[in-house]
Amino acid sequence: MTISRRRMLATGTALGLLTACGSNTGREDGGSGKGPKLSHWYHQYGEAGTEEAVKRYAADYEKADVRVQWRPGNYDEQTAAALLTTSGPDVFEANGPTLDQIRGGQVLDLTEQLGDAKDDFNPVVLKPKTYEGRIWAVPQVVDMQLLYYRKSLLSEAGVRPPRTLDELVDAAKELTGKKTKGLFLGNDGGAGVLGGTPLNAAGLSLVTDDGKVGFDDPAAARALSKLRALYAAKSLLLGAPSDWSDPSAFVQGLTAMQWSGLWALPAVQKALGDDFGVLPFPADGPGGKAAVPVGAYGAAVSARARDKAAAKAYVKWLWVESTDHQRDFALSYGFHIPARLSLAKKADTLTKGPAADAVRYSTDHGNAEPLLWTPASRVAYQDALSRIIKSGADPERELKKVVRKVSAELARTRKKSA
Amino acid sequence: MSAVAEQKTAPHPETAAAPAGAGRWRRLAGPQNRNVWFWVFVGPFALGLLVFTYVPLGWSVYLSFFDAHNTVSPTEFVGLDNYTALLREEAFTDSLWTFAVFTAFIVPTTFVLSLSLALMVNRLRRAQAFFRSVFFLPAACSYVVAALIWKMSLFNGVRFGLANTVLGWFGAEQTAWLSTTDPPWYWLVIVTVRLWLQAGFYMILFLAALQRISPALYEAAAVDGARPGWQVLRHITLPQLRATSVAVVLLLVINAFQAFDEFYNLLSDARGYPPYARPPLVYLYYTALGQGQNLGYGSAGAVLLALIIAVVTVGQARWFGLGRKED
Repeated sequence: MTISRRRMLATGTALGLLTACGSNTGREDGGSGKGPKLSHWYHQYGEAGTEEAVKRYAADYEKADVRVQWRPGNYDEQTAAALLTTSGPDVFEANGPTLDQIRGGQVLDLTEQLGDAKDDFNPVVLKPKTYEGRIWAVPQVVDMQLLYYRKSLLSEAGVRPPRTLDELVDAAKELTGKKTKGLFLGNDGGAGVLGGTPLNAAGLSLVTDDGKVGFDDPAAARALSKLRALYAAKSLLLGAPSDWSDPSAFVQGLTAMQWSGLWALPAVQKALGDDFGVLPFPADGPGGKAAVPVGAYGAAVSARARDKAAAKAYVKWLWVESTDHQRDFALSYGFHIPARLSLAKKADTLTKGPAADAVRYSTDHGNAEPLLWTPASRVAYQDALSRIIKSGADPERELKKVVRKVSAELARTRKKSA
Repeated sequence: MSAVAEQKTAPHPETAAAPAGAGRWRRLAGPQNRNVWFWVFVGPFALGLLVFTYVPLGWSVYLSFFDAHNTVSPTEFVGLDNYTALLREEAFTDSLWTFAVFTAFIVPTTFVLSLSLALMVNRLRRAQAFFRSVFFLPAACSYVVAALIWKMSLFNGVRFGLANTVLGWFGAEQTAWLSTTDPPWYWLVIVTVRLWLQAGFYMILFLAALQRISPALYEAAAVDGARPGWQVLRHITLPQLRATSVAVVLLLVINAFQAFDEFYNLLSDARGYPPYARPPLVYLYYTALGQGQNLGYGSAGAVLLALIIAVVTVGQARWFGLGRKED
């Protein structure tokens, strides 16, 4: 049979269309015959060597062929969308999972995988991974945020490290000069990064243990109005080229104090040597206590994993049993606190100087964002906080609106679980 | 009887011999298999349009009537609840308002700026190609890249940002352009980046139209005693540019409706987006995507937005008489 030019073109087009429909989920390709194939997603860590490390751990696992995917960009959005389909990950790292992911049956129960090791995990970060008594992710490492201050600048201005929120407001004002601002809370004036921390510092919480709004209290408005005072006094650094998560503004001397993450500590130490200290967010009011936010990425298993048992077994192996890998992951690349209490005690790098202070704050003053604090609640609160700080909106009125919104959101979460 | 008439009445020998199915196939295939080839070439694209545009569109409408948290196959029908929640939500109505103000400002401004650039470039005797390229060049830049340059080097809030350096020469204090809400300096940043990116492109459209206007019209006007300048512009140039102007306004409005890139890249940070200058697409992005996968609510927003865009576009087309023959 002769093939006409037309048929040739038509077939070619059809084939081209078909082959264009492939996709790479990290599962299919290759295969070394090590049993079931699993795909494991991580968000992109900034620290050099982390990617090689997690690939090494995956290669060490005997019972499955684990493919690691290192995903840059908006990781939370990517996983949220991927969990809706079967082409997502089997095992993934999550800054959650969120309440609705758990309630929607998108992740698997890992309570049994933790087993007796449960008590060895930092209880503050394990709590937001727990819903109705079951555990939905294994915490990997603990991250925290804290206040960095430049000792030399403070002593020059004759200011002592602030212990209360009022002292912080005064210190920031004192430290503000022509070229240096007193305090950097992020380019938005603190609405984004601080979240519930000022409420914790006022002795309140975002959501109480019995699932009620935790800041329906005059102390909340009082604490938040002090953030407004910081902004109004022009003591805050705003519009820095890099945001709060990066210590550049602090290191370059654009600000005397900066709120940033524990991960920034090595960079600060390298640039400033001994000329800095760390503090928790200072307490406010009679019922207040200092506060630092802590959180943990956790390893979760997708409910759409092809081989659920294999995926759970792998998570158990890596994040529960392999303590040497966990220690390597937490301490060799950048600066994190191990999620396991037994490992945190043995970590040499965390026993001296500001690092030791930081670890102490995380155990004494650590607050994790509650699981019931859903994205909708967060947006409502953050909007209000931004309006209070920047536009000088009345804190009491703004908070009243947030309380209403959060109550509705909490009622929604109660409705279906009942 | 002629041969032609005979052919018409007598059954075609081939058709008569073949079974009825083949006859139907031949009729469907059309003369020279034209229908077959039509579908071979149009089919894949029609299929793509159906699968990637119409099905998601329909699905989105479907989702908007359900409580769809973290699922695209919801079971809990809620009727119009998502829509009422959306319209009661201050953040959403605020975003619609933001968007209306932004459109009302950016469309006329870009229009006037690009028209003036075109008029100026058109009058150049030398180096016209050079200036045309210079003004057009920004159109080749991506919104994301431009937004980042604006945010990090031109309008950053510290003393070494370009804007603050220039103002510093005159002794002004440093301004945090994107973080100041009173006065709302962030609009300056948003508007200038869009003007810089867009004006050149529309200038080219106007320039092409200007060069198509017959010189005879200007000569006739001069003979009739029209003064060069405003009078000629008002009575000759602008009416001749009518078709282009309508197209430019339509494109500008649609572009303004799609505002997302520069807003998102200028104002968002790792923790979200401030409650000001938040267009509806950005608001919906944060509610329906990301961690808050409230897909039913997000879809309701998308449907409302689509309706608004449809109404505005149809209204505009009517108003301008788009598609009507030029007289």
